[in-house]
Amino acid sequence: MTRRDREVLSFTFDGRPYEGRQGDTLAAALLANGVRRVATSVTLGRPRGIFGAWTEDPTAVVQIDRPFPEPMVQATTIPLHDGLAASSLAGRGRLSPDPDPARYDATHAHCDVLVVGAGPAGLTAALNAARAGARVILADDRPEVGGSLPDTGEPVEGRPGVEWARAAAGSYVALPDTRLLTRTSVVGYYDHNYLVAVERRGERAVTRERVWRIRAGRVVLATGAHERPIAFAGNDLPGVMLASAARAYVNRYGVVPGRRAAVFTTGGGSGDAAHDAARDLAAAGVEIAEIVDARQGGLVTGVRGDGEVRAVLIGRPGGPAREVEADLLLVSGGWNPVVHLFAQAGGELRYDDRIAAFVPGRPPEGGQSVQVIGAARGVFTTAGCVAEGLAATSPPDLPSTVTRSSRESRVPVDASAPGDAPAREDAGPSGEAGAQPLWLVPADDYTTHFVDLQRDVTVADLQGATSAGLRSVEHVKRYTTAGTAHDQGKTSGTLTSAVIAHLLGVDVGALGTTTFRAPYVPVSFATLAGRDRGALHDPVRVTAMHDRHVERNAVFENVGQWKRPRYYPLPGEDMEAAVLRECRAVREAAGVLDASTLGKIDVRGPDAAELLDRLYTNMISTLKVGAIRYGVMCRADGMVFDDGTVIRLAPDHFLVTTTTGNAAAVLDWMEEWLQTEWPDLRARCTSVTEQWATVALAGPGSRAVLAALAPALAVDAESFPFMTWRDTEVAGIEARVCRISFSGELAYEINVSWWYGQALWDAVLATGTVTPYGTEAMHVLRAEKGYPIIGQDTDGTVTPADLGMDWIVSKKKPDFVGKRSHARADTARPDRRRLVGLLPEDPDVLLPEGGQVISTGHLPPPPVPMLGHVTSSYRSAALGRTFALALVAGGGNRLGDRLYVPVNDTLIPVTVAHHVLYDPESTRRDG
Amino acid sequence: MLLIPCPWCGPRDEAEFHYGGQAHVAYPADPAALTDEEWARYLFFRDNPMGPFSERWNHTSGCRRWFTVTRDTTTNAITPETSR
Repeated sequence: MTRRDREVLSFTFDGRPYEGRQGDTLAAALLANGVRRVATSVTLGRPRGIFGAWTEDPTAVVQIDRPFPEPMVQATTIPLHDGLAASSLAGRGRLSPDPDPARYDATHAHCDVLVVGAGPAGLTAALNAARAGARVILADDRPEVGGSLPDTGEPVEGRPGVEWARAAAGSYVALPDTRLLTRTSVVGYYDHNYLVAVERRGERAVTRERVWRIRAGRVVLATGAHERPIAFAGNDLPGVMLASAARAYVNRYGVVPGRRAAVFTTGGGSGDAAHDAARDLAAAGVEIAEIVDARQGGLVTGVRGDGEVRAVLIGRPGGPAREVEADLLLVSGGWNPVVHLFAQAGGELRYDDRIAAFVPGRPPEGGQSVQVIGAARGVFTTAGCVAEGLAATSPPDLPSTVTRSSRESRVPVDASAPGDAPAREDAGPSGEAGAQPLWLVPADDYTTHFVDLQRDVTVADLQGATSAGLRSVEHVKRYTTAGTAHDQGKTSGTLTSAVIAHLLGVDVGALGTTTFRAPYVPVSFATLAGRDRGALHDPVRVTAMHDRHVERNAVFENVGQWKRPRYYPLPGEDMEAAVLRECRAVREAAGVLDASTLGKIDVRGPDAAELLDRLYTNMISTLKVGAIRYGVMCRADGMVFDDGTVIRLAPDHFLVTTTTGNAAAVLDWMEEWLQTEWPDLRARCTSVTEQWATVALAGPGSRAVLAALAPALAVDAESFPFMTWRDTEVAGIEARVCRISFSGELAYEINVSWWYGQALWDAVLATGTVTPYGTEAMHVLRAEKGYPIIGQDTDGTVTPADLGMDWIVSKKKPDFVGKRSHARADTARPDRRRLVGLLPEDPDVLLPEGGQVISTGHLPPPPVPMLGHVTSSYRSAALGRTFALALVAGGGNRLGDRLYVPVNDTLIPVTVAHHVLYDPESTRRDG
Repeated sequence: MLLIPCPWCGPRDEAEFHYGGQAHVAYPADPAALTDEEWARYLFFRDNPMGPFSERWNHTSGCRRWFTVTRDTTTNAITPETSR
């Protein structure tokens, strides 16, 4: 379809309305409207135009304003659509403050063969592999197949190239187990043939962009080649354009990028491609002013023009220049095979003198199976590419890798092996004519000889880098930023390496390239995030009583993935008032806490007791059925890892609880020891966290409340003592009641089936004598009693003895995990940081958690000797003052000492106290 | 994304596994008999070879079993080590 037959689309650029055609890119439509200056360069503020025609373009980076703001997008890759609004940029874009309303998602795919690139080589390879019965995915970043065929109009096998490509694609998709992904950029090649691609499905699609995560048995890279620039003065001026790009605008889009053109070619690699471009432009009505061929000694020494090219300067360095009027200068500095994905896979590159470019060398080892064909390895003729595609996927090469079972081993394929020599012959005269590399046109002043047009890096900048002593391309890249941003070396990479090699007087092949890293083209965070945003970012876990907490206006806190009520403010209450009220209720009457999130692990088997003896610091096997014991677990390094209660349900059956955040880690810990060290132990561990809903009933009034709810239960202290459990009915619900306390008060934890959690909660509150309290009050109450919270008062450097819990460490057991470490010289040091209480001398001053503790009333010069830090700090209703817990060096020996906590510019005096500040005799808890 | 051969479930994406470090570091039979230095070597010292390395993996999002593979740290080539 010719250009004039395509649908007309309206768009704006920099606020001015234009018309383009269906199938245009924004760049093509701008050129069709005569807009040649589309950006301002990032550091030098120079005018920039349209240099390329697809992802290789380094200059036409614009801002999309509508339909949704998107910064720094290549105009050469934006499909034009009605209503598009874009504007020029000076290097940096603008992010939208609003959430992106478009939908993004992701999918996984598996295949025997993934072919990247649907040009002549890739199409042939994919079709051939599919015919052999392989499951094939063919991905190409263009909207239509054919690779460069629509750009060049070249024929294939006697047919017009575009027609041939469509027919091949049609045959391919008709075969079973094939998938054709157009507008899909393969951006990353990771271990074990895992590739990530981004499909751009368009503004009207339900899903705007989709991430494909592909595990391929084998990968065939047919990614083509990019033409590269030549470094001469002013080679960035709008109107200077890659010859291949100009040809693409004429042939693919029907857009004439200028009126009178000069051509500057080195003939490198591509042979006569620049001449072919000139011929096509002339046929489209562009006057060809002159072809300057470096092979014949011709040089373009510069361009003239204010904001865009008006004339081209032709001559010799230092000599007189001839000025040729032209508004377009086509440059062709040779071709760079697109080796990005091959290099990402771990393949090594080698420099090929014949085409003056880096080509795939030694293939990657390990789990990669990759082969590079066609222009991507320097075969630049269409016939040669078709032959490569056939060879790559023809038996007997294919069957070894075409397997339905991914368990079978794969045979790595040498990237450069198949038909290496024949392919070179196939390349023929127009393919790889003796390249005469010309990288830069000599001059006195190199400040406008650009090697990276996007990052404003010039030959002068490279001179600066090498003069500063830099010898590695990696260092020069970081010093100058050459090859960063969109370009990723597409146009700048080989040129930069070659110019550095020239400056250092070394061989470019020996110097090498910078490391190729994903992504090959920019990918937005919205695309990568996909649907994992907002509420779907992470699972939210709520308890059976959650709706009731919401009804009570609970303020929630996140504990792992759990939502836990932090406090329940009454009208007019702030957090401090609510927490003081909730604490007072527990200390003076009765409170109720949703404790369902505590981790619960069911441990069963003849050796269950032995397993727990080895994992807890204290003795578990002596626990009687019906009784409960508090326990602490350490890592092998002796540091506290978790704590909780162990209840014995039967001789071979225990239920252990963990901290909310550590539930999964403790189960993993048990499994690791069971499986890897003690497989002889007959014990099994199962998570039952979400099977039991738990309500903590705490306070001096709790016994009466329980008695009313559980008439069958004898609740007196003698029948139901501290650290025992009973099965009974509570509010008519089958329940297990544990008499344990995390508040220091008389307390019970009532466990029922998760399904009845809400019913139990309602029944407890229906008594009218119980106040719901949240995790903040729970924290205050336990801190008053000196109970540590693992992970808040500990940090992986704290032993049970450091917490003042020598009593929890068994002296009788021959071993438990962590025991040997407790005997190490370091863990036995008397000046270790120990848990203590801190009482600010001013009882209204609340210390900041994390505050450092020092011994002097003035700040000495740094480094200030620090004794420890504040781990918990609260306002206490029971104590009528503020207090804190802290880890302090030599803690227990400092009781009564005055220490200081620096806060901002003042030193707050505090008195060291025992860490148990409330009811140290535990008469309230045990009564 | 490594493709890790779980001996129970077959090859699965690395994201399903947790890494367990060097394999064949057994818990000492009698920790109390070790010197502080010997104990510290068990706790803290691990090999870091360039080349084949025996390492443990746990199929946390699958069968939850521990197993051992040999991974070449220069190429990431993985070969199963433990049979089921």
